[in-house]
Amino acid sequence: MNFLLSFSSPKTFYPLAGKLLPWFAGVAVLLIVLGLYLGFFVAPTDYKQGESYRIIFVHVAAAWMSMFIYVVMAGWSAAGMIWNTKLSDMMAGALAPTGALFSFIALWTGALWGKPTWGTYWIWDARLTSELILLFLYIGYIALRSAIDDPRRAARASALLAIVGVINIPIIYFSVRWWNTLHQGASVSPTMAPKMAETMLLAMFVMAVAFWVYTIAVVLARVRSEILERERNTAWVAELVLEKRK
Amino acid sequence: MIWASWADFFAMGGYAFYVWGSYVVTAVLMIAEVILVMRRHRATLARLARTVSAEQMRVEGE
Repeated sequence: MNFLLSFSSPKTFYPLAGKLLPWFAGVAVLLIVLGLYLGFFVAPTDYKQGESYRIIFVHVAAAWMSMFIYVVMAGWSAAGMIWNTKLSDMMAGALAPTGALFSFIALWTGALWGKPTWGTYWIWDARLTSELILLFLYIGYIALRSAIDDPRRAARASALLAIVGVINIPIIYFSVRWWNTLHQGASVSPTMAPKMAETMLLAMFVMAVAFWVYTIAVVLARVRSEILERERNTAWVAELVLEKRK
Repeated sequence: MIWASWADFFAMGGYAFYVWGSYVVTAVLMIAEVILVMRRHRATLARLARTVSAEQMRVEGE
């Protein structure tokens, strides 16, 4: 129980996050190197798309993360609304920039993959459009938080936006099934055998896990700054910053 | 081995612009994010240390 409580109190979470951070950062770097090695030197050339398909390793990993981060962000927002915990709101806020980053990367790499395979960088296809809306949701969420000075009102308003916006996630995921899209259907799904060579699949999964661990590291670091700023009037922060200065 | 030479590797079967355009932009953005987050943390620590020590001096002066 003490361990669980340390996740809800900023004072105990700050040093805990600081201890965990280097491990996540190190594992992220190792996995990215491994994923790139598998993706560029082990996975074979695609018989149909040639080498252009290698964009998949970064594209799919980023797209998955952009959706996953949003769901986690909405989860923390809901937790913050229900239990009124400060740290939940800080976690939600710290996730948004990384989520926006991965949505942008998914769109960018998708455009660069679309050109050689479909002949166009962009099309108003259901999958692409809903992913673009996801990027706008992240940007709107960040803008809303920074526009409201009172942190508690900012937390409530942005949590509401995050929770309502969750509706977009199943739309992105199922868009390739619900509508006749140019974007291909799922290459990997929980119910069907994957339609890819095993080494390609492995490289994709390694990159996805790498981005996941990367996100944890970056978010832990961001939340630490956020904790210091919001708890700046407490004795423990005063002690900590003076200790650091010596 | 998939690639006959490094030149072959960089050429990406004629898709160099698309493949490297994807990976380089991704790498730049992710590294930039890490740098920004680290910088923000250092800046926060420094700023708070200034305000806290100013506050201490004020209290001691009273």
